[in-house]
Amino acid sequence: MQLDCGAMMSDITVAYNTYGTLNEDKNNAILICHALTGDQFAASRHPVTNKEGWWNVLVGPGRILDTDKYFIVCSNVLGGCMGTSGPKEIDPETEKPYGLNFPIITIGDMVRLQALLQDYLEIPSWFSVVGGSMGGMQVLQWAAAYPERCFSAIPLATAAKHSAQNIAFHEVGRQAVMADPNWSGGKYLEEDKVPRAGLAVARMAAHVTYLSESALHRKFGRNLQDRENLTYGFDADFQVESYLRYQGMNFVDRFDANSYLYITRAMDYFDLARDHGGILANAFRGTSTRFCVVSFSSDWLFPTSESKEVVKALNAAGANVSFVEIETDKGHDAFLLDVPEMLQTIGGFMESTARSRGIA
Amino acid sequence: MIDVNKLTRPQDIRVDLRLIAEMVEPGSRVLDVGCAEGTLLDYLVATKNVDGRGIELSQEGVNTCVAKGLSVVQGDADTDLVDYPDHAFDYALLSQTLQATHRPKDVIDQLLRVGKKAVVSFPNFAYWQCRAYLIFKGRMPMTSDLDYAWYETPNIHFCTLRDFTVLCQELNITIDEYVLVGGKGNILNYEVDSTRANLFAAQGVFLLSRD
Repeated sequence: MQLDCGAMMSDITVAYNTYGTLNEDKNNAILICHALTGDQFAASRHPVTNKEGWWNVLVGPGRILDTDKYFIVCSNVLGGCMGTSGPKEIDPETEKPYGLNFPIITIGDMVRLQALLQDYLEIPSWFSVVGGSMGGMQVLQWAAAYPERCFSAIPLATAAKHSAQNIAFHEVGRQAVMADPNWSGGKYLEEDKVPRAGLAVARMAAHVTYLSESALHRKFGRNLQDRENLTYGFDADFQVESYLRYQGMNFVDRFDANSYLYITRAMDYFDLARDHGGILANAFRGTSTRFCVVSFSSDWLFPTSESKEVVKALNAAGANVSFVEIETDKGHDAFLLDVPEMLQTIGGFMESTARSRGIA
Repeated sequence: MIDVNKLTRPQDIRVDLRLIAEMVEPGSRVLDVGCAEGTLLDYLVATKNVDGRGIELSQEGVNTCVAKGLSVVQGDADTDLVDYPDHAFDYALLSQTLQATHRPKDVIDQLLRVGKKAVVSFPNFAYWQCRAYLIFKGRMPMTSDLDYAWYETPNIHFCTLRDFTVLCQELNITIDEYVLVGGKGNILNYEVDSTRANLFAAQGVFLLSRD
Protein backbone atom coordinates (compact mmCIF):
# COMPACT_ATOMS: atom_id res chain seq x y z
CA MET A 1 0.00 0.00 0.00
CA GLN A 2 1.29 3.43 -0.99
CA LEU A 3 1.44 5.81 1.98
CA ASP A 4 0.99 9.58 1.88
CA CYS A 5 4.61 10.05 2.99
CA GLY A 6 5.75 8.28 -0.19
CA ALA A 7 6.76 4.97 1.40
CA MET A 8 5.37 1.64 0.24
CA MET A 9 4.20 -0.85 2.83
CA SER A 10 3.55 -4.48 2.08
CA ASP A 11 2.53 -7.32 4.38
CA ILE A 12 0.26 -5.09 6.41
CA THR A 13 -1.72 -6.79 9.13
CA VAL A 14 -5.13 -5.52 10.19
CA ALA A 15 -6.66 -6.54 13.50
CA TYR A 16 -10.42 -6.12 13.61
CA ASN A 17 -13.54 -7.23 15.40
CA THR A 18 -16.99 -7.73 13.97
CA TYR A 19 -20.34 -7.81 15.70
CA GLY A 20 -23.62 -9.00 14.19
CA THR A 21 -24.20 -10.53 10.77
CA LEU A 22 -23.85 -9.18 7.25
CA ASN A 23 -27.23 -9.49 5.52
CA GLU A 24 -27.79 -10.95 2.06
CA ASP A 25 -27.94 -7.56 0.38
CA LYS A 26 -24.69 -6.63 2.14
CA ASN A 27 -26.13 -3.22 2.91
CA ASN A 28 -26.18 -3.28 6.71
CA ALA A 29 -22.46 -2.92 7.45
CA ILE A 30 -21.25 -0.17 9.75
CA LEU A 31 -17.62 0.82 10.22
CA ILE A 32 -16.64 2.19 13.62
CA CYS A 33 -13.48 4.30 13.58
CA HIS A 34 -11.72 4.51 16.91
CA ALA A 35 -10.05 7.49 18.53
CA LEU A 36 -6.35 8.09 19.32
CA THR A 37 -6.05 5.59 22.13
CA GLY A 38 -8.99 3.39 21.16
CA ASP A 39 -8.88 0.00 19.52
CA GLN A 40 -11.01 -2.65 17.84
CA PHE A 41 -12.64 -3.67 21.11
CA ALA A 42 -15.62 -1.34 20.72
CA ALA A 43 -18.14 -3.78 22.12
CA SER A 44 -16.11 -6.65 23.52
CA ARG A 45 -13.92 -7.16 26.54
CA HIS A 46 -10.41 -5.76 26.22
CA PRO A 47 -7.78 -8.52 26.37
CA VAL A 48 -5.32 -6.40 28.38
CA THR A 49 -7.46 -4.35 30.73
CA ASN A 50 -10.35 -6.84 30.89
CA LYS A 51 -12.69 -3.82 30.74
CA GLU A 52 -15.86 -4.00 28.68
CA GLY A 53 -16.04 -2.47 25.20
CA TRP A 54 -15.25 1.25 24.99
CA TRP A 55 -18.47 1.97 23.08
CA ASN A 56 -20.81 -0.45 24.83
CA VAL A 57 -23.13 2.47 25.46
CA LEU A 58 -23.79 2.66 21.71
CA VAL A 59 -23.04 -0.80 20.34
CA GLY A 60 -24.90 -3.99 21.27
CA PRO A 61 -28.14 -5.90 20.86
CA GLY A 62 -31.07 -3.45 20.83
CA ARG A 63 -28.74 -0.47 21.18
CA ILE A 64 -28.42 2.33 18.66
CA LEU A 65 -25.73 0.51 16.70
CA ASP A 66 -27.83 -2.60 16.99
CA THR A 67 -25.81 -5.79 16.57
CA ASP A 68 -29.07 -7.68 15.90
CA LYS A 69 -29.68 -5.47 12.89
CA TYR A 70 -26.31 -4.30 11.63
CA PHE A 71 -22.97 -5.90 10.83
CA ILE A 72 -20.47 -3.81 12.72
CA VAL A 73 -16.77 -3.71 11.92
CA CYS A 74 -14.14 -2.04 14.06
CA SER A 75 -10.48 -2.28 13.13
CA ASN A 76 -7.34 -1.16 14.91
CA VAL A 77 -5.84 1.76 12.97
CA LEU A 78 -2.63 1.60 11.01
CA GLY A 79 0.15 2.52 13.43
CA GLY A 80 -1.82 1.12 16.36
CA CYS A 81 -0.64 -1.33 18.97
CA MET A 82 -3.43 -3.87 19.24
CA GLY A 83 -2.47 -6.09 16.34
CA THR A 84 -2.58 -3.90 13.25
CA SER A 85 0.81 -3.07 11.75
CA GLY A 86 2.46 -0.42 13.90
CA PRO A 87 5.83 0.55 15.33
CA LYS A 88 5.86 -2.24 17.92
CA GLU A 89 5.39 -4.99 15.32
CA ILE A 90 8.35 -6.78 13.79
CA ASP A 91 9.84 -5.21 10.68
CA PRO A 92 10.25 -8.16 8.26
CA GLU A 93 13.41 -6.58 6.86
CA THR A 94 15.30 -6.27 10.14
CA GLU A 95 13.37 -8.85 12.17
CA LYS A 96 13.30 -6.31 14.97
CA PRO A 97 10.42 -4.09 16.10
CA TYR A 98 9.92 -1.21 13.66
CA GLY A 99 10.33 1.49 16.29
CA LEU A 100 11.09 4.75 14.51
CA ASN A 101 11.69 2.87 11.25
CA PHE A 102 7.95 2.65 10.92
CA PRO A 103 6.89 5.09 8.17
CA ILE A 104 5.00 8.24 9.13
CA ILE A 105 1.30 7.57 8.65
CA THR A 106 -1.70 9.83 8.07
CA ILE A 107 -5.44 9.69 8.63
CA GLY A 108 -5.66 9.12 4.86
CA ASP A 109 -3.46 6.03 5.18
CA MET A 110 -5.59 4.67 8.03
CA VAL A 111 -8.69 5.05 5.88
CA ARG A 112 -6.99 3.54 2.82
CA LEU A 113 -6.23 0.46 4.89
CA GLN A 114 -9.83 0.31 6.14
CA ALA A 115 -10.96 0.44 2.50
CA LEU A 116 -8.78 -2.61 1.78
CA LEU A 117 -10.45 -4.32 4.72
CA GLN A 118 -13.84 -3.36 3.24
CA ASP A 119 -12.80 -5.01 -0.05
CA TYR A 120 -11.58 -8.08 1.81
CA LEU A 121 -14.91 -8.36 3.65
CA GLU A 122 -16.70 -7.90 0.29
CA ILE A 123 -18.80 -5.01 1.54
CA PRO A 124 -19.70 -2.79 -1.44
CA SER A 125 -20.60 0.20 0.70
CA TRP A 126 -20.89 0.92 4.39
CA PHE A 127 -24.36 1.75 5.59
CA SER A 128 -22.61 4.13 7.93
CA VAL A 129 -19.13 5.16 8.99
CA VAL A 130 -19.13 6.34 12.60
CA GLY A 131 -16.51 7.73 14.95
CA GLY A 132 -15.57 10.41 17.45
CA SER A 133 -12.47 12.59 17.79
CA MET A 134 -9.75 11.00 15.62
CA GLY A 135 -12.45 8.50 14.65
CA GLY A 136 -14.46 11.47 13.38
CA MET A 137 -11.46 12.61 11.33
CA GLN A 138 -11.45 9.18 9.69
CA VAL A 139 -15.20 9.49 9.06
CA LEU A 140 -14.65 12.81 7.27
CA GLN A 141 -11.72 11.34 5.34
CA TRP A 142 -13.90 8.38 4.35
CA ALA A 143 -16.66 10.67 3.10
CA ALA A 144 -14.15 12.75 1.13
CA ALA A 145 -12.09 9.90 -0.34
CA TYR A 146 -14.76 7.23 -0.87
CA PRO A 147 -18.16 8.97 -1.02
CA GLU A 148 -19.70 6.13 -3.04
CA ARG A 149 -18.63 3.67 -0.36
CA CYS A 150 -20.42 5.34 2.53
CA PHE A 151 -24.18 5.77 2.52
CA SER A 152 -24.06 7.83 5.69
CA ALA A 153 -21.39 9.37 7.91
CA ILE A 154 -21.54 10.28 11.58
CA PRO A 155 -18.56 12.41 12.65
CA LEU A 156 -18.71 13.15 16.39
CA ALA A 157 -16.71 15.69 18.42
CA THR A 158 -14.24 16.20 15.61
CA ALA A 159 -12.75 18.64 13.11
CA ALA A 160 -11.59 18.76 9.51
CA LYS A 161 -8.15 19.86 10.71
CA HIS A 162 -6.10 19.69 13.88
CA SER A 163 -5.91 23.12 15.51
CA ALA A 164 -2.70 24.81 16.65
CA GLN A 165 -3.75 24.27 20.27
CA ASN A 166 -4.30 20.57 19.67
CA ILE A 167 -0.96 20.19 17.89
CA ALA A 168 0.60 21.97 20.87
CA PHE A 169 -0.89 19.50 23.36
CA HIS A 170 0.25 16.58 21.25
CA GLU A 171 3.75 18.01 21.11
CA VAL A 172 3.78 18.20 24.92
CA GLY A 173 2.82 14.53 25.02
CA ARG A 174 5.43 13.46 22.51
CA GLN A 175 8.17 15.43 24.24
CA ALA A 176 7.22 13.79 27.54
CA VAL A 177 7.63 10.35 25.95
CA MET A 178 10.90 11.23 24.26
CA ALA A 179 12.31 12.84 27.41
CA ASP A 180 11.97 9.53 29.24
CA PRO A 181 15.45 7.88 29.20
CA ASN A 182 13.74 4.50 28.84
CA TRP A 183 12.42 5.59 25.45
CA SER A 184 15.99 5.00 24.18
CA GLY A 185 15.57 6.82 20.90
CA GLY A 186 12.50 4.69 20.16
CA LYS A 187 14.37 1.38 20.57
CA TYR A 188 13.01 0.55 24.02
CA LEU A 189 11.47 -2.76 22.89
CA GLU A 190 14.80 -4.05 21.64
CA GLU A 191 16.37 -3.04 24.94
CA ASP A 192 13.53 -4.52 26.96
CA LYS A 193 12.56 -1.19 28.53
CA VAL A 194 9.31 0.76 28.68
CA PRO A 195 9.15 4.57 28.84
CA ARG A 196 6.40 4.33 31.47
CA ALA A 197 6.90 7.70 33.12
CA GLY A 198 6.99 9.64 29.85
CA LEU A 199 3.95 7.96 28.35
CA ALA A 200 2.03 8.33 31.62
CA VAL A 201 2.72 12.07 31.70
CA ALA A 202 1.60 12.34 28.06
CA ARG A 203 -1.62 10.58 28.94
CA MET A 204 -2.19 12.73 32.03
CA ALA A 205 -1.83 15.96 30.05
CA ALA A 206 -4.05 14.64 27.27
CA HIS A 207 -6.64 13.38 29.72
CA VAL A 208 -7.18 16.88 31.08
CA THR A 209 -8.03 18.03 27.56
CA TYR A 210 -10.71 15.34 27.28
CA LEU A 211 -12.63 16.74 30.25
CA SER A 212 -14.02 20.16 31.06
CA GLU A 213 -13.33 22.44 33.98
CA SER A 214 -16.83 21.96 35.33
CA ALA A 215 -16.61 18.17 34.97
CA LEU A 216 -13.31 18.17 36.89
CA HIS A 217 -14.85 20.39 39.52
CA ARG A 218 -17.97 18.22 39.78
CA LYS A 219 -15.95 14.99 40.02
CA PHE A 220 -13.15 16.11 42.30
CA GLY A 221 -13.39 19.70 43.45
CA ARG A 222 -10.49 20.28 45.82
CA ASN A 223 -11.20 17.04 47.67
CA LEU A 224 -8.27 15.33 49.29
CA GLN A 225 -7.29 11.76 48.50
CA ASP A 226 -7.63 9.36 51.47
CA ARG A 227 -6.39 11.94 53.95
CA GLU A 228 -7.70 14.57 56.31
CA ASN A 229 -5.03 17.20 55.81
CA LEU A 230 -2.50 18.47 53.31
CA THR A 231 0.81 16.65 53.60
CA TYR A 232 2.99 19.63 52.67
CA GLY A 233 4.75 17.52 50.04
CA PHE A 234 4.43 16.38 46.44
CA ASP A 235 2.41 13.29 47.08
CA ALA A 236 -1.01 13.13 45.40
CA ASP A 237 -2.87 15.08 48.07
CA PHE A 238 -5.77 15.91 45.80
CA GLN A 239 -8.20 13.43 44.31
CA VAL A 240 -7.71 14.92 40.88
CA GLU A 241 -3.97 14.21 41.06
CA SER A 242 -4.55 10.67 42.18
CA TYR A 243 -7.06 10.19 39.37
CA LEU A 244 -4.67 11.45 36.72
CA ARG A 245 -1.82 9.32 38.02
CA TYR A 246 -4.10 6.31 37.90
CA GLN A 247 -5.15 7.16 34.32
CA GLY A 248 -1.50 7.54 33.32
CA MET A 249 -0.34 4.28 34.88
CA ASN A 250 -3.24 2.28 33.46
CA PHE A 251 -2.64 3.63 30.01
CA VAL A 252 0.98 2.55 29.94
CA ASP A 253 -0.07 -1.07 30.42
CA ARG A 254 -2.17 -1.11 27.29
CA PHE A 255 -0.53 1.32 24.91
CA ASP A 256 2.73 1.50 23.04
CA ALA A 257 4.72 4.73 23.37
CA ASN A 258 5.84 4.83 19.74
CA SER A 259 2.29 4.20 18.57
CA TYR A 260 1.33 7.26 20.60
CA LEU A 261 3.94 9.31 18.75
CA TYR A 262 2.87 8.08 15.33
CA ILE A 263 -0.86 8.41 15.81
CA THR A 264 -0.71 11.87 17.40
CA ARG A 265 1.39 12.91 14.41
CA ALA A 266 -1.22 11.56 12.00
CA MET A 267 -3.83 13.72 13.72
CA ASP A 268 -1.58 16.79 13.58
CA TYR A 269 -1.10 16.33 9.84
CA PHE A 270 -4.84 16.07 9.20
CA ASP A 271 -6.15 19.02 7.19
CA LEU A 272 -8.89 18.01 4.81
CA ALA A 273 -9.19 21.48 3.25
CA ARG A 274 -5.49 21.59 2.41
CA ASP A 275 -5.90 18.29 0.57
CA HIS A 276 -8.62 19.92 -1.54
CA GLY A 277 -7.12 23.17 -2.73
CA GLY A 278 -7.68 24.97 0.55
CA ILE A 279 -11.47 24.80 0.25
CA LEU A 280 -13.11 22.32 2.59
CA ALA A 281 -16.34 22.25 0.57
CA ASN A 282 -14.35 20.79 -2.35
CA ALA A 283 -13.79 17.67 -0.25
CA PHE A 284 -17.51 16.95 -0.40
CA ARG A 285 -18.64 18.21 -3.84
CA GLY A 286 -21.29 16.04 -5.43
CA THR A 287 -21.55 13.76 -2.42
CA SER A 288 -24.75 11.83 -1.83
CA THR A 289 -23.63 10.64 1.62
CA ARG A 290 -25.96 11.68 4.44
CA PHE A 291 -24.17 13.35 7.33
CA CYS A 292 -25.04 13.64 10.98
CA VAL A 293 -22.54 15.94 12.70
CA VAL A 294 -22.56 16.15 16.50
CA SER A 295 -20.57 18.40 18.82
CA PHE A 296 -20.62 18.93 22.58
CA SER A 297 -20.97 22.31 24.26
CA SER A 298 -18.17 21.79 26.81
CA ASP A 299 -15.69 20.19 24.38
CA TRP A 300 -12.78 22.61 24.16
CA LEU A 301 -10.50 20.19 22.31
CA PHE A 302 -12.82 19.87 19.32
CA PRO A 303 -15.18 22.76 19.98
CA THR A 304 -18.52 23.27 18.25
CA SER A 305 -16.94 25.91 16.01
CA GLU A 306 -14.90 23.13 14.35
CA SER A 307 -18.01 21.06 13.68
CA LYS A 308 -19.74 24.16 12.33
CA GLU A 309 -16.89 24.61 9.84
CA VAL A 310 -17.59 21.10 8.61
CA VAL A 311 -21.34 21.77 8.43
CA LYS A 312 -20.74 25.01 6.59
CA ALA A 313 -18.59 23.21 4.01
CA LEU A 314 -21.17 20.45 3.65
CA ASN A 315 -23.89 23.04 3.10
CA ALA A 316 -21.74 24.81 0.55
CA ALA A 317 -21.32 21.48 -1.23
CA GLY A 318 -25.08 20.95 -1.14
CA ALA A 319 -24.73 17.83 1.00
CA ASN A 320 -27.45 16.26 3.11
CA VAL A 321 -26.39 17.28 6.58
CA SER A 322 -27.90 17.34 10.03
CA PHE A 323 -26.06 18.92 12.91
CA VAL A 324 -26.67 19.28 16.60
CA GLU A 325 -24.64 20.64 19.50
CA ILE A 326 -25.36 18.60 22.62
CA GLU A 327 -25.51 20.54 25.89
CA THR A 328 -23.31 18.73 28.38
CA ASP A 329 -20.51 19.49 30.83
CA LYS A 330 -18.72 16.21 30.07
CA GLY A 331 -16.20 17.73 27.69
CA HIS A 332 -14.62 16.00 24.70
CA ASP A 333 -15.11 12.54 26.21
CA ALA A 334 -18.90 13.01 26.05
CA PHE A 335 -19.03 11.02 22.80
CA LEU A 336 -17.90 7.93 24.72
CA LEU A 337 -20.38 8.37 27.54
CA ASP A 338 -24.04 7.79 28.22
CA VAL A 339 -25.34 11.17 27.08
CA PRO A 340 -29.06 10.65 26.36
CA GLU A 341 -29.38 13.58 23.94
CA MET A 342 -26.51 12.24 21.83
CA LEU A 343 -28.07 8.78 21.80
CA GLN A 344 -31.40 10.30 20.71
CA THR A 345 -29.80 12.24 17.89
CA ILE A 346 -27.75 9.36 16.52
CA GLY A 347 -30.61 6.92 17.11
CA GLY A 348 -33.09 9.06 15.19
CA PHE A 349 -30.62 9.53 12.36
CA MET A 350 -29.81 5.81 12.17
CA GLU A 351 -33.48 4.85 12.08
CA SER A 352 -34.47 7.27 9.36
CA THR A 353 -31.38 6.46 7.25
CA ALA A 354 -31.99 2.73 7.71
CA ARG A 355 -35.52 3.26 6.39
CA SER A 356 -34.26 5.01 3.28
CA ARG A 357 -31.61 2.32 2.78
CA GLY A 358 -34.33 -0.32 3.03
CA ILE A 359 -32.85 -2.08 6.04
CA ALA A 360 -35.71 -3.54 8.06
CA MET B 1 -31.68 34.91 26.74
CA ILE B 2 -34.71 33.77 24.84
CA ASP B 3 -36.21 30.53 26.07
CA VAL B 4 -35.71 28.37 22.99
CA ASN B 5 -38.61 26.13 23.95
CA LYS B 6 -40.95 29.04 23.43
CA LEU B 7 -39.71 29.58 19.90
CA THR B 8 -41.81 26.80 18.48
CA ARG B 9 -44.57 28.02 16.28
CA PRO B 10 -48.18 28.44 17.31
CA GLN B 11 -50.22 25.27 17.39
CA ASP B 12 -52.63 26.74 14.89
CA ILE B 13 -50.17 26.68 12.01
CA ARG B 14 -52.07 24.66 9.44
CA VAL B 15 -53.39 27.59 7.36
CA ASP B 16 -50.05 29.32 7.27
CA LEU B 17 -48.30 26.04 6.45
CA ARG B 18 -50.68 25.19 3.63
CA LEU B 19 -50.40 28.67 2.14
CA ILE B 20 -46.61 28.57 2.17
CA ALA B 21 -46.63 25.14 0.57
CA GLU B 22 -48.88 26.44 -2.20
CA MET B 23 -46.27 29.04 -3.10
CA VAL B 24 -43.48 26.46 -3.48
CA GLU B 25 -42.89 24.79 -6.86
CA PRO B 26 -42.75 20.98 -6.74
CA GLY B 27 -39.31 19.38 -6.80
CA SER B 28 -37.49 22.55 -5.73
CA ARG B 29 -34.69 22.99 -3.21
CA VAL B 30 -36.01 24.48 0.00
CA LEU B 31 -34.44 25.83 3.20
CA ASP B 32 -36.83 26.24 6.12
CA VAL B 33 -35.36 28.73 8.56
CA GLY B 34 -36.62 28.11 12.08
CA CYS B 35 -38.17 24.80 11.11
CA ALA B 36 -39.11 23.78 14.69
CA GLU B 37 -40.24 20.12 14.67
CA GLY B 38 -40.10 19.98 10.89
CA THR B 39 -43.88 20.01 10.31
CA LEU B 40 -43.66 22.25 7.25
CA LEU B 41 -40.57 20.54 5.82
CA ASP B 42 -42.13 17.14 6.28
CA TYR B 43 -45.30 18.38 4.58
CA LEU B 44 -43.31 19.87 1.67
CA VAL B 45 -41.30 16.68 1.20
CA ALA B 46 -44.51 14.61 1.22
CA THR B 47 -46.71 16.83 -0.95
CA LYS B 48 -44.23 18.72 -3.14
CA ASN B 49 -41.32 16.30 -3.31
CA VAL B 50 -38.91 19.07 -2.40
CA ASP B 51 -35.24 18.60 -1.51
CA GLY B 52 -35.63 20.15 1.92
CA ARG B 53 -33.18 21.39 4.55
CA GLY B 54 -33.81 23.15 7.81
CA ILE B 55 -32.23 25.38 10.43
CA GLU B 56 -33.55 25.19 13.99
CA LEU B 57 -32.35 26.78 17.20
CA SER B 58 -33.43 24.14 19.71
CA GLN B 59 -31.71 20.78 20.11
CA GLU B 60 -35.06 19.09 20.76
CA GLY B 61 -36.44 20.48 17.51
CA VAL B 62 -33.40 19.28 15.55
CA ASN B 63 -33.62 15.82 17.11
CA THR B 64 -37.30 15.52 16.22
CA CYS B 65 -36.52 16.53 12.62
CA VAL B 66 -33.56 14.18 12.31
CA ALA B 67 -35.67 11.29 13.58
CA LYS B 68 -38.19 12.08 10.82
CA GLY B 69 -35.39 11.76 8.29
CA LEU B 70 -35.10 15.49 7.65
CA SER B 71 -31.72 17.17 7.17
CA VAL B 72 -31.69 19.89 9.79
CA VAL B 73 -28.80 21.76 11.36
CA GLN B 74 -28.84 23.49 14.69
CA GLY B 75 -28.40 27.17 14.09
CA ASP B 76 -29.72 30.68 14.43
CA ALA B 77 -31.45 32.65 11.67
CA ASP B 78 -29.70 35.81 12.87
CA THR B 79 -26.16 34.49 12.65
CA ASP B 80 -25.97 31.33 10.56
CA LEU B 81 -27.58 32.20 7.23
CA VAL B 82 -24.34 33.90 6.20
CA ASP B 83 -22.72 30.45 6.04
CA TYR B 84 -24.84 29.38 3.08
CA PRO B 85 -23.70 30.08 -0.48
CA ASP B 86 -25.62 32.48 -2.77
CA HIS B 87 -28.81 31.07 -4.28
CA ALA B 88 -28.15 27.62 -2.83
CA PHE B 89 -31.91 27.12 -2.62
CA ASP B 90 -34.90 27.86 -4.82
CA TYR B 91 -36.83 28.98 -1.74
CA ALA B 92 -35.85 30.14 1.71
CA LEU B 93 -38.82 29.90 4.06
CA LEU B 94 -39.38 31.88 7.22
CA SER B 95 -42.65 30.92 8.82
CA GLN B 96 -43.80 32.90 11.88
CA THR B 97 -40.21 33.52 12.88
CA LEU B 98 -39.45 37.02 11.55
CA GLN B 99 -40.76 38.71 14.69
CA ALA B 100 -38.47 36.60 16.86
CA THR B 101 -35.25 37.52 15.09
CA HIS B 102 -32.83 40.14 16.41
CA ARG B 103 -32.20 41.75 13.02
CA PRO B 104 -35.25 41.10 10.84
CA LYS B 105 -33.99 43.36 8.06
CA ASP B 106 -30.69 41.48 7.75
CA VAL B 107 -32.51 38.15 7.95
CA ILE B 108 -34.81 39.06 5.03
CA ASP B 109 -31.80 40.27 3.12
CA GLN B 110 -30.03 36.96 3.76
CA LEU B 111 -33.11 34.92 2.84
CA LEU B 112 -33.06 36.45 -0.63
CA ARG B 113 -29.34 35.87 -0.98
CA VAL B 114 -29.49 32.21 0.03
CA GLY B 115 -32.79 31.56 -1.77
CA LYS B 116 -33.74 32.69 -5.26
CA LYS B 117 -37.11 33.41 -3.71
CA ALA B 118 -38.27 33.73 -0.12
CA VAL B 119 -41.58 32.91 1.52
CA VAL B 120 -42.19 34.86 4.71
CA SER B 121 -45.18 34.70 7.01
CA PHE B 122 -45.71 36.76 10.15
CA PRO B 123 -48.47 38.00 12.46
CA ASN B 124 -49.81 41.48 11.71
CA PHE B 125 -49.49 43.64 14.80
CA ALA B 126 -51.96 46.16 13.36
CA TYR B 127 -54.71 43.52 13.40
CA TRP B 128 -57.81 45.06 14.96
CA GLN B 129 -57.76 42.77 17.99
CA CYS B 130 -54.23 43.90 18.82
CA ARG B 131 -55.22 47.53 18.39
CA ALA B 132 -58.34 47.10 20.51
CA TYR B 133 -56.39 45.33 23.23
CA LEU B 134 -53.95 48.20 23.44
CA ILE B 135 -56.62 50.93 23.26
CA PHE B 136 -59.14 49.45 25.68
CA LYS B 137 -56.98 47.49 28.08
CA GLY B 138 -53.97 49.74 27.80
CA ARG B 139 -51.74 46.70 27.89
CA MET B 140 -49.51 44.89 25.42
CA PRO B 141 -51.76 42.76 23.22
CA MET B 142 -52.12 39.06 23.90
CA THR B 143 -54.20 37.12 21.41
CA SER B 144 -54.64 33.43 20.79
CA ASP B 145 -51.80 33.59 18.25
CA LEU B 146 -49.62 35.81 20.41
CA ASP B 147 -50.21 34.53 23.89
CA TYR B 148 -47.07 35.66 25.69
CA ALA B 149 -46.80 38.35 28.33
CA TRP B 150 -44.58 41.25 27.24
CA TYR B 151 -41.76 40.26 29.57
CA GLU B 152 -41.42 36.69 28.33
CA THR B 153 -42.32 36.88 24.68
CA PRO B 154 -39.76 35.61 22.18
CA ASN B 155 -41.41 37.98 19.71
CA ILE B 156 -39.19 41.01 20.01
CA HIS B 157 -39.68 42.67 16.63
CA PHE B 158 -43.33 42.97 15.83
CA CYS B 159 -44.35 44.68 12.64
CA THR B 160 -47.51 45.49 10.77
CA LEU B 161 -48.39 44.62 7.18
CA ARG B 162 -47.62 48.19 6.25
CA ASP B 163 -44.24 48.14 8.02
CA PHE B 164 -43.38 45.04 6.06
CA THR B 165 -44.33 46.36 2.63
CA VAL B 166 -42.37 49.56 3.31
CA LEU B 167 -39.32 47.51 4.28
CA CYS B 168 -39.64 45.47 1.08
CA GLN B 169 -39.59 48.71 -0.93
CA GLU B 170 -36.52 49.89 0.97
CA LEU B 171 -34.72 46.64 0.21
CA ASN B 172 -35.83 46.61 -3.46
CA ILE B 173 -37.73 43.43 -2.84
CA THR B 174 -40.66 42.52 -5.07
CA ILE B 175 -43.75 40.97 -3.54
CA ASP B 176 -44.61 38.36 -6.17
CA GLU B 177 -47.59 36.94 -4.34
CA TYR B 178 -49.29 37.41 -1.01
CA VAL B 179 -52.13 35.89 0.94
CA LEU B 180 -53.80 37.66 3.84
CA VAL B 181 -55.46 35.62 6.53
CA GLY B 182 -58.20 36.78 8.89
CA GLY B 183 -58.53 35.91 12.55
CA LYS B 184 -60.50 32.74 11.83
CA GLY B 185 -58.13 31.41 9.20
CA ASN B 186 -60.25 32.84 6.40
CA ILE B 187 -58.56 34.27 3.30
CA LEU B 188 -59.09 38.02 2.79
CA ASN B 189 -59.30 39.46 -0.71
CA TYR B 190 -57.89 42.86 0.13
CA GLU B 191 -55.06 44.77 -1.52
CA VAL B 192 -52.00 44.42 0.70
CA ASP B 193 -51.53 48.20 0.88
CA SER B 194 -55.11 48.88 1.90
CA THR B 195 -56.12 50.11 5.33
CA ARG B 196 -58.64 47.29 5.55
CA ALA B 197 -55.93 44.69 5.01
CA ASN B 198 -53.81 46.17 7.76
CA LEU B 199 -56.81 46.17 10.08
CA PHE B 200 -58.37 42.77 9.36
CA ALA B 201 -55.46 40.51 8.46
CA ALA B 202 -54.21 38.54 11.46
CA GLN B 203 -51.27 37.30 9.42
CA GLY B 204 -49.77 37.57 5.97
CA VAL B 205 -47.85 35.17 3.77
CA PHE B 206 -45.52 36.69 1.16
CA LEU B 207 -43.61 35.32 -1.78
CA LEU B 208 -40.62 37.59 -2.30
CA SER B 209 -37.94 37.98 -4.94
CA ARG B 210 -35.26 40.47 -5.86
CA ASP B 211 -33.84 41.19 -9.32
